Amino acid sequence: MTLLPLVFICPLVGALLLAFLRGMPQRLAALIGVGSIALSALSVAVIAVTYLGGDHTPVTVTLWQWISVGDFTPRFSLYVDGLTITMLGVITGVGFLIHLFASWYMTEDLKDATGYLYTRFFAYMNLFVFSMLLLVLADNLMLLYLGWEGVGLCSYLLIGYYYRDLDNARAAFKAFIVTRVGDVFLAIGMFILYARFQTLDIQTLLALAPEAWSKGDMMAELAALMLLGGAVGKSAQLPLQTWLADAMAGPTPVSALIHAATMVTAGVYLIARTHVIFELAPMTLGLVGIVGALTLLIAGLSALAQTDIKRVLAYSTMSQIGYMFLALGVQAWDAAIFHLMIHAFFKALLFLTSGSVIIACHHEQNMFRMGGLRKPLKLAYACFLVGGSALAALPLVTAGFYSKDEILWLSFASGHEVLWAFGLMGAFLTSVYTFRMIFIVFHGEEKTRAHAPHGLAHHLPLVVLLVLSTFIGAFIHPPLAGVLPASPEGDAEGLQLVLEVVSSIVAILGLGIAAALFLGRRRLVSALVKTDIGRTGWHFLHNAFAFDQLYNMLFVKPFLAIAWLHRVDWINALVNIWPWLAKQAHRGLSASQTGRIRWYAGSITAGATIMLALLVLG
Amino acid sequence: MILPLLILIPFIGGFLCWQTERFGVKPPRVIALITMLLELGIALGLWWHGEYQLDGVIGDTPNWVLEFHAPWIDRFGISFHLALDGLSLIMIMLTGFLGVLAVTCSWAEITRRVGFFHLNLLWIIGAVVGIFLSVDLFLFFFFWEMMLVPMYFLIALWGHSGSKGNSRVRAAMKFFIYTQASGLLMLVSILGLVFMHYLQTDVFTFDYAALKDTTLSEPAAMLLMLGFFIAFAVKLPVVPLHGWLPDAHAQAPTAGSVDLAGILLKTAAYGMLRFLMPMFPEAAMQFAPIAMGLGLVGIFYGAAMAFSQTDIKRLIACSSISHMGFVLIGIFSNSLLALQGVIALMVAHAFSSAGLFIISGQLYERLHTRDMREMGGLFGKLGALPGFALVFVMATLGMPGTGNFIGEFLILFGAFEVEPWVVVVASIGLVLAAIYSLILMQRVYFGAAKSEATYRGLDTREYLMLLLLFVLTVVVGFFPQLLLGVTEHAMSEIQTWVATATTPLSSTL
Repeated sequence: MTLLPLVFICPLVGALLLAFLRGMPQRLAALIGVGSIALSALSVAVIAVTYLGGDHTPVTVTLWQWISVGDFTPRFSLYVDGLTITMLGVITGVGFLIHLFASWYMTEDLKDATGYLYTRFFAYMNLFVFSMLLLVLADNLMLLYLGWEGVGLCSYLLIGYYYRDLDNARAAFKAFIVTRVGDVFLAIGMFILYARFQTLDIQTLLALAPEAWSKGDMMAELAALMLLGGAVGKSAQLPLQTWLADAMAGPTPVSALIHAATMVTAGVYLIARTHVIFELAPMTLGLVGIVGALTLLIAGLSALAQTDIKRVLAYSTMSQIGYMFLALGVQAWDAAIFHLMIHAFFKALLFLTSGSVIIACHHEQNMFRMGGLRKPLKLAYACFLVGGSALAALPLVTAGFYSKDEILWLSFASGHEVLWAFGLMGAFLTSVYTFRMIFIVFHGEEKTRAHAPHGLAHHLPLVVLLVLSTFIGAFIHPPLAGVLPASPEGDAEGLQLVLEVVSSIVAILGLGIAAALFLGRRRLVSALVKTDIGRTGWHFLHNAFAFDQLYNMLFVKPFLAIAWLHRVDWINALVNIWPWLAKQAHRGLSASQTGRIRWYAGSITAGATIMLALLVLG
Repeated sequence: MILPLLILIPFIGGFLCWQTERFGVKPPRVIALITMLLELGIALGLWWHGEYQLDGVIGDTPNWVLEFHAPWIDRFGISFHLALDGLSLIMIMLTGFLGVLAVTCSWAEITRRVGFFHLNLLWIIGAVVGIFLSVDLFLFFFFWEMMLVPMYFLIALWGHSGSKGNSRVRAAMKFFIYTQASGLLMLVSILGLVFMHYLQTDVFTFDYAALKDTTLSEPAAMLLMLGFFIAFAVKLPVVPLHGWLPDAHAQAPTAGSVDLAGILLKTAAYGMLRFLMPMFPEAAMQFAPIAMGLGLVGIFYGAAMAFSQTDIKRLIACSSISHMGFVLIGIFSNSLLALQGVIALMVAHAFSSAGLFIISGQLYERLHTRDMREMGGLFGKLGALPGFALVFVMATLGMPGTGNFIGEFLILFGAFEVEPWVVVVASIGLVLAAIYSLILMQRVYFGAAKSEATYRGLDTREYLMLLLLFVLTVVVGFFPQLLLGVTEHAMSEIQTWVATATTPLSSTL
């Protein structure tokens, strides 16, 4: 465990080197950027082996006393258990593959966008990995919050990487602000927990909470609700989901790393990490499941009506995280984490491949201007088929089948039939939009000349992720025993088989419908979109249920109006009455100083008369 | 003897700068730099050798680490009484450091009357150090008034003239009148307190430790407390008494802005902590809900104004108003956690706002404008400058890893146990801070470049200044104990005095 600090120090050193030595050649920058993550991944591997080889006892490594004021004593210390190991593996493993791919992707991408610094990209990426690692390693909420906001910062910087286009800057701005709203909820949650327990140490909190709060205690509900607020912001769930689709403005490896594999799953991690508090708050826990179910459906429907390949994947990410939330809501803790891991594999694969396709098609992101790519881009086609099948959870051969069906089965077994029904509908939608995307991009007539990419940095990450997205990936089971409580067990084994068959049929049905609609001439779809209802519906879905427009009206416009009113400092203007009064008085008095004897004599007489009159009368 | 030396050094240095002007522009600059380095060095020496981690609070007598006492006007019990504890030491170190920065950032900016400029600059520093050291109320008032005059000249003579009749002279005058008028109220309060004490004991004294124990009737205490509060509230500033601040900042030269935001505002918070709370604990605690309310108003009003500014320096100035709202809430919550947060936030805000003001100055030297509508797309130009700007903008919005986060969160954690709703509302300020900070970033650095002009990058002097501020910001973020350990004793003294005075039961138990 002495290697533990190395895990996050490597990316930090990488980030600092890249940030301060901006003029270094591209090859060196790539070496530092990718190498630091490789070293970090190696340390994680060693730690995982020692941890799994030992007796699975959690380890705490304290580096220094961060703050110490009275009872407020958060330390800078790291905590490792099975959940941490799983997250570390995903972050550094998948992270390394994505960094490797990015060294190819950014070289290609910057050929057409000159003037952007290659080092800056990798500095941000390394800083991101550093923050994300601190987030999952933190043994107290204060340190977790450091990582939590840190990943938000890097997400902001990377979405706005191509800063010369103001649209990118705006997307970055939106992502930061919306997630910060969530962060404020998390902060308030921390305030509540500290005020009650006088500690922010997560394990101590989890031990103290059941003693202080009975199940359903209002304070427990409130604390859990605030934590949930933080989680929905980071994980792009209802009602703070609006930023994720716009976040696709960033370079594609960023979308793969931050907006699919790691950062957006931080909310799932947070809830799993603080599961004891959620168990004490049944109402909030129920809400977690409902949020997940609604998000997965809304996002799935929205994905149906997208034209940009990355936006399809963005909505599908929201939808898949919705599954994880649903799993958390029915207390299927390890199913949620299992799906988190598998999702990281296949969604990273899909994003990286889409990046490869986008480069091959000369920065084209509109699916309808691609088409017929299966011949020129064979590897990409294979990756999309495997990744897409995993996403759609096609039975037996894909990793997604095992993780997603566990969620569906456990939600049914724990008596949440409605949530299960939502999940099943979502599974159908997933299958439809996934294969719609694949058919539009890779089948049909060729609309653009694509150049197949080459190079080890391009092929290796795709092939490794492709293998992990098949049933082989499902053999990796997160070592969660003892960390998270066991999932509720259903009694009927036969029922599980029935449900698995049902969801398999649903997935294949979705595939069939996608094939019927989007293979061939797509007559039915074009006819449908031409009708009034069809067009309105399409626009509604395309805009993801018009949440952006709603929030614009509810929050952005009023804020701008208030700010517009404050372009003048009203209070200052009011205070300025005093100098104005002084000036008027000054003017009045100077006006009386005319310098004419007659005027003075007259006023003296008048004054004297008035005084005398007052004296006489008084 | 070291304490009066701390005050004298800047005054003597300033005088020398003025006199050596006749030999060219270089000697005053070098002398000013040496003076400030000496000042900072002495403060660091005191920090290194002093013992500030004292145990426990002994009764209600202040526990000084160093003291200097010399008679001055015996007839009225006025003496030249200086004392140092952890709180004053931190503030003096900060003053010394920002003094060095103020001198170095004016190196190329100030070319007219260089000697006289440095005289004013150093005399401000001297007066501020005097404020942080005096424990005689008359002496305190003396230095409080004294820092205004050189600041007035700094803005009026070397400032920038803005648009719409916002001339530098007008801004300087506004600054002077605001602070002078409120200072008068403080003088009345000080005299009132001294007379009350005289009536009770037949002794004239302006000494802090003696006056602290004066028994006051409730309305008298409230009135006297308000006199102090208004004086400090103008300086902090607290909305609605903030009117001078955006103008003064916008029109002041860079060094003036750095000093204003970095240390002049902090003298107000220091005054509240050192004098207002311990001398009038009951009245202050009665007034606390209103003060916290004003803090909230400041957070939101400052944020809303910051968002709608077009002048980059006015934006930063308004953001200071917003941050000082947190400071006010922290002070009046009287929780040790929040008070320590106030210290961290004051120091961190000094670093981050100094960084932003220095960057604005550097932008002005290159673009000759402070209007953000004429900027845009500067990222990727100007060398390392946008990178540093990003760091300080992130510090302003309270990004964890910077000292500002430590300060804000300690205040919020501490105040939450006292007034949860105030904290919940104040937390919304965190989102607003993100909005106006990122808007600054977006307007100035992102988007397409407004012109094809190329600008020179940072030279070594400019780079080192910003690098130093960057390192300090991050050090406070990751190792705040370096700071909090020094002030812990002084803060728990204040907190205990106020707490025991307002809950009489606990002292009799």
